[in-house]
Amino acid sequence: MLFEQRSFALAAGDALLVTGANGTGKSSLIRVAAGLLAPVAGHVTVEGQRALLAEAAALDAERAVAAALGFWARLDARPAPDARVAAALDALDLAALADVPVRLLSTGQRRRVGLARVVASEADIWLLDEPANGLDTAAVARLEALIAVQRARGGVVLVATHQPLALAGAQEIRL
Amino acid sequence: MIALILRDMRRAYASGGATLIVAFFLLVAILFPFAIGPDQKLLMRIGGGVIWAAALLAALLPVERLVAPDLDSGTLDQFAARGMSMAAVAAAKIVAHWLAFAPPLMAATIAAAGLLDLSGETLLTVEIGLVLGTPALAALAVATGALVAGLRGAGAIAGLVMLPLAIPLLIFGAGAIEGGGVGGLKLLAATSLLIVAGAPFVAAAAIRAGME
Repeated sequence: MLFEQRSFALAAGDALLVTGANGTGKSSLIRVAAGLLAPVAGHVTVEGQRALLAEAAALDAERAVAAALGFWARLDARPAPDARVAAALDALDLAALADVPVRLLSTGQRRRVGLARVVASEADIWLLDEPANGLDTAAVARLEALIAVQRARGGVVLVATHQPLALAGAQEIRL
Repeated sequence: MIALILRDMRRAYASGGATLIVAFFLLVAILFPFAIGPDQKLLMRIGGGVIWAAALLAALLPVERLVAPDLDSGTLDQFAARGMSMAAVAAAKIVAHWLAFAPPLMAATIAAAGLLDLSGETLLTVEIGLVLGTPALAALAVATGALVAGLRGAGAIAGLVMLPLAIPLLIFGAGAIEGGGVGGLKLLAATSLLIVAGAPFVAAAAIRAGME
């Protein structure tokens, strides 16, 4: 058993920071919240669209960044996928890499492309598993700003991280 | 759904998968005359069965690349987090795999028929049989790919899982050539329909189990 008797509720504009040492179940909590893993006991109630940033990039390595993101944006059932992708690439300072194949990206750049997919989805609920992994300080600051924007527009953010992230007024769970 | 089919088809052609399948199919069809010798009558008689066996082996070839890479790369996780049905994802994979391997295979069958000296009539029966039977081969390949994804030695296990399940297709497909006629084709179509209808759900359950 990784964890038990954990309960939380997040309303519009809320953020939850899940912290803890390696192997305590941060990622598992995110996967339960994403509906990928069934909890042994308990339940998850979700209202709204979810966007997941997991450890695996889930991007076609041989495609260009913009095309790989475009595939996912077209699955979102929201209008103007190309415009959403372009805006997300701008927000993460990736516009210069739009035509570069995913396989040539560094770890941090790949992470940012994963974040761009979350931003482009315009989902209500962001589930971020170690979003700051491999990011430089400028990118971490950009990530914190994006989370603030998401909360300001009434979204919900659930972050599992072992690195310090500045999220004003966020709830915190230590596993 | 269409985006998923296009993505899988692009990946199949980009990785050379479709070309490899056709090359492998023709090679197997060429090997038989070498093994049996230049007995024209014998070749004509077994030719249809040879093509069916070769098609079965060719469909098995890309099994490991159908589901496992998407499971490893987290692509299937992303589909699930979006609330997409895994059965629909599996159905899209079946359609994409069929489009990637069946039309080239049926074109290559014409060349193989020439090598085996099949009559035009037999070739027509074989082609109709392939139209009916290849969707089931694609469905079996995707379901097997989902079942063995993440296992060590997945390729060998895939053969053991898939080939026995394809025996009915082989019997009815080859039987339609050997005097079975329309009755054989009808049974082939019925078997094919059953497999195509069931496979997406088997594949979806296997993918779900693989995610946990």
